[in-house]
Amino acid sequence: MNTAATPTSVLYNKLTGVWGRNVVIGIPLAFLLAFFLLPFLVVFKISVSEMDNVVFKDLIIWSDGILQLKVKLGNYIFIAQDDLYFKTYISSLKFAGITTAICLLIAYPFAYFMARSPADKRPALLMLVMLPFWTSFLLRVYAWKMLLADNGVFNNVAMQIGLISEPLKMMNTPFSLVLGMVYTYLPFMILPLYANLVKMDLRLLEAALDLGATPWQTFWRITVPLSKSGIIAGSMLVFIPCVGEFVIPELLGGPQTLMIGRVLWDEFFSNNDWPMAATVAVVMVLLIIVPLALFNKYQAESTAGGRR
Amino acid sequence: MKFNAGRVTSRVWMGAVFVFLYLPILTLIVLSFNGSPMVTSWGGWSLRWYEALSKDAEIISGAKLSVEIAFLTACGSVVLGTLAALALSRFKRFPGRTLFAGMVNSPLVMPEVIIGLSLLLMLVSVQRTFGFPDRGLMTIWFGHTLLGMAYATVVVQSRLQEMSPQLEEAAQDLGCRPWQVFFLVTLPLISQAIGSAWLLTFTLSLDDVVLSAFLSGPGSTTMPIVIFSRARLGLSPSVNTVATLTVLVVSVGVVLASLWIARAERKRAQEMSAAFRGAGA
Repeated sequence: MNTAATPTSVLYNKLTGVWGRNVVIGIPLAFLLAFFLLPFLVVFKISVSEMDNVVFKDLIIWSDGILQLKVKLGNYIFIAQDDLYFKTYISSLKFAGITTAICLLIAYPFAYFMARSPADKRPALLMLVMLPFWTSFLLRVYAWKMLLADNGVFNNVAMQIGLISEPLKMMNTPFSLVLGMVYTYLPFMILPLYANLVKMDLRLLEAALDLGATPWQTFWRITVPLSKSGIIAGSMLVFIPCVGEFVIPELLGGPQTLMIGRVLWDEFFSNNDWPMAATVAVVMVLLIIVPLALFNKYQAESTAGGRR
Repeated sequence: MKFNAGRVTSRVWMGAVFVFLYLPILTLIVLSFNGSPMVTSWGGWSLRWYEALSKDAEIISGAKLSVEIAFLTACGSVVLGTLAALALSRFKRFPGRTLFAGMVNSPLVMPEVIIGLSLLLMLVSVQRTFGFPDRGLMTIWFGHTLLGMAYATVVVQSRLQEMSPQLEEAAQDLGCRPWQVFFLVTLPLISQAIGSAWLLTFTLSLDDVVLSAFLSGPGSTTMPIVIFSRARLGLSPSVNTVATLTVLVVSVGVVLASLWIARAERKRAQEMSAAFRGAGA
């Protein structure tokens, strides 16, 4: 009875399916092309175009029957030759690297203990990790300013109990910068590690122990390799945004902590040099393109293999 | 004995991390009730900074604008994020899928100064050519929604992946059209994930400084921009009161929402197992 109706309904399903599919893919795709990809192309164009008062000249000019491509590489040459830019890029990568390493050192044991805690306690622990993440990041960074300042809470308390006689210089140093970045990005490291460790098949660990491995060997040779994807995801979630971080260096950093995010901000807002700001951004993208590809690869894998 | 040592280490480590995470927040809250004009030296309990805040026109108008933008951002991000999540989890193969996935995920990690600058430069070019859009609420919304969409996609996508495909297949076999499958089966099942994505993107937008600073125009100063400009100059007691109120609202909201979500999940799990039992019998 139904067999006669089936071909049409399948066809109908397919037709609406194709239409629906195009809508489902098309709307977010159009948004991303317009507000993510196109802006990058514009930035690239501006970084190589001549500036005429406030108007950017066109890259391609048709004159005397000849098609001319005018590309100005001056900004790139300037960045390559200027010592300060070079130092700032290196120092941004350095601080991002240090932050990532410290986050991993703190977060791995933490996520491990969390994943091995009783199952009924895990949601509460997860909630406690997430809650600071939900409360304003700006305000939490500002809070460290109050704690670390020369007349801040730590110095006041330490001086009152006689631990130190004069205030320790903690604010506007590499210490306060790294502390602020570790503090802000720690949950981004904990969450992917936890998600990975909690899924781990504990029988593998038992098997290793039964076969005579010490707990330490089991940890290094079974647990760590199995959590590799969590380690990569967490590290990229910390490292990439840290390279271009602006708010934390601005509030907690100082003269010794050169960060490229601040340079870009100043080129744009203080010097009003848009082509230079665009060039700084393009070079920054080139620096993070490999970590970014790594992150995207992990994201694609973790979501593709999600269905068991 | 060894087992105990492990437990002590784990307790101490976790305790220390939680102190690290919560100490700054507690400091903000306690010092907002400080009676002394010096932000960091204690002068007894007082509500003077709250009184000052209630007359602070700059912060109040900033807060209104921020809430407005956050609301619009959360709605936009959830719609776009759900569509993107569906596209990625239900269509395994389509032209440009890798580019699509890359563009959805990249804003999660991309430094905000890059996103802000590039979006602004593009909008300025568009504005010069077509005469709109002027910098303001709408341009900030573009930036926040781009970021919010990435977070919403991750949240909704993970829910879609946990979902058993049998439910959608069953609905399709029973004659549902694709849009019926979506509205009658898929959407109710992912509604909690959409709810948490909405809350997450709302708070993200409420908190954003960098994108807002690039994309705002004259007269569209959001609350984080006001707070940031004061925090740059030094310690400001008004910031503490704003922080305390935000923390209060957000934690109550998040705790209530997650309790509600947990309850709804339990109820759904019970219904599902009851349904499967019924089918088996």
